[in-house]
Amino acid sequence: MKKIEAIIRKSKFDQVKKALHQIEVNFFSYWDVTGVGNEVMGQQYRGITYSTSDIQRRYLVIVVSDSFLERTVNILLETASTGSVGDGKIFVSDMIEAYRIRTKEKGSAAIN
Amino acid sequence: MTFQDQDTIVKSIEAIHGDMDALWITVAAILVFFMQAGFTFVELGFTRSKNSGNIIMKNLMDFTIGAVMFWALGYGIMYGSDLVAGGLFRSSPSGQGYFFFHATDWYNLFFQTVFCATAATIVSGSIAGRTKFSVYLVLSLVITTLIYPISGSWYWPFDENAWLSEAGFVDFAGSSVVHAVGGTVALVAAFMVGPRIGKYVDGKAQVIPGHNMAFGALGVFILWMGWFGFNGGSQLAWGGDDTIAVGSVIINTNLAGAFGAIGALFFSWFKYGKVDVSMSLNGALAGLVGITAGCGAVNAWGALAIGLICGISVVLSIGLIDKRLKVDDPVGAVSVHGVCGFIGTVLVGVFALDGGLLYGGSGKLLWVQFYGSLSYILWAAAASFLLMIILKKTMGLRVSAKEEIEGLDIHEHGMEAYPEHITSVVD
Repeated sequence: MKKIEAIIRKSKFDQVKKALHQIEVNFFSYWDVTGVGNEVMGQQYRGITYSTSDIQRRYLVIVVSDSFLERTVNILLETASTGSVGDGKIFVSDMIEAYRIRTKEKGSAAIN
Repeated sequence: MTFQDQDTIVKSIEAIHGDMDALWITVAAILVFFMQAGFTFVELGFTRSKNSGNIIMKNLMDFTIGAVMFWALGYGIMYGSDLVAGGLFRSSPSGQGYFFFHATDWYNLFFQTVFCATAATIVSGSIAGRTKFSVYLVLSLVITTLIYPISGSWYWPFDENAWLSEAGFVDFAGSSVVHAVGGTVALVAAFMVGPRIGKYVDGKAQVIPGHNMAFGALGVFILWMGWFGFNGGSQLAWGGDDTIAVGSVIINTNLAGAFGAIGALFFSWFKYGKVDVSMSLNGALAGLVGITAGCGAVNAWGALAIGLICGISVVLSIGLIDKRLKVDDPVGAVSVHGVCGFIGTVLVGVFALDGGLLYGGSGKLLWVQFYGSLSYILWAAAASFLLMIILKKTMGLRVSAKEEIEGLDIHEHGMEAYPEHITSVVD
């Protein structure tokens, strides 16, 4: 099992969610985060132009069985991209165990 | 007492009556002015937070443009005593002083200015979230300079050139003149701009929930308060019989607003199974719009009936426009102001104590109410359709998809309305 963490543009979230459902990745969590990175965002306030490095993004955590890893990452790379600086990042790590609370199942059975 | 003394006293009392009228009109106009805040909050509450700055700017600018244009041209086109272009336009002769207003009845200009701005600001909500700001500025300019003043000139000068007042049309404070006109422009504009991205998926209407119901509720209460000036002030007088009339108008207004909310509440409860908050709020506004035509012509029972009918109608209309017509109106402006403005105007022909069907009327008033209101809708639709076609060809109506998805605030205005996440500023 792998844990995929993806930081993506909020404006791409709907597309990403739909694409994930299409490859039958139906369970994941997400939340809105603020972070700093390569992008700075131009803003204006009362006639003063300024840039802020505090960028809002959406953070997804997806746990998949090994056989799902490649297609899930590929879908994220495809659908979350605009080609401009600030499209985000994907991190993959090993996941030791997963349980479904209702049925007490564990492993791949718990996440699909 | 000598005859001269008596004469002086009579003249003084008349002067005081005139001053009381002017004072009431001024106070009422201040209340109507504050309805701009009500519109702003309803629209803010019923739309996404990423467009909040844009909504604020639209409501600010339609009032400011309206205030200037109505002072400069609108009032003269609406109330001028000359006719031009075969009666299509009015014009004000220089002695009258209505263009770049410099006559003496300033309080009348003030009262009419805030009404004009109300007609313009109705449009803001229906096209929220995807329309170019520059397009909205032009739209406000044309509504406040031409569309609304010409509408008003058909009725409110109450002279021989106001063809609807000659025909016996009754629209006390403007269910049709203000609200149906604004609501119709709102419909045409929303249709021409098209729905927000994601509103219709495979032809099915999706929910794009508003970001702050508390703002929506505050806006409705502000509007409700303003309506006492909107309708009560339209008596244009205070003192003696007029005081009684204003009191009746205000109670009728309040009862219709209350029954609009009650009607929408129970009808949406029955239809959708839940006590719908935003629908009930819309229902109060629907009742208030509906009674605006007849608040000086019906009794309290008539006001209850009109409020109830409008409260139910607004729920049906919002569903119809959203799901069948597939016109994306985020705040229900078309249903509240257009549909209930029309219904309220027509219902005067049923519930008016003088000439209404229920009180022995022949149906003549009903017919006048029907074609009068329809004339307003057709005029507003034709004028705004032409304008939107021109704007579509010249400026383009919509922002880009990227701008729409990321929010009008950041792209049109370079800022966000809720920037709490910004903690550091870099060069």
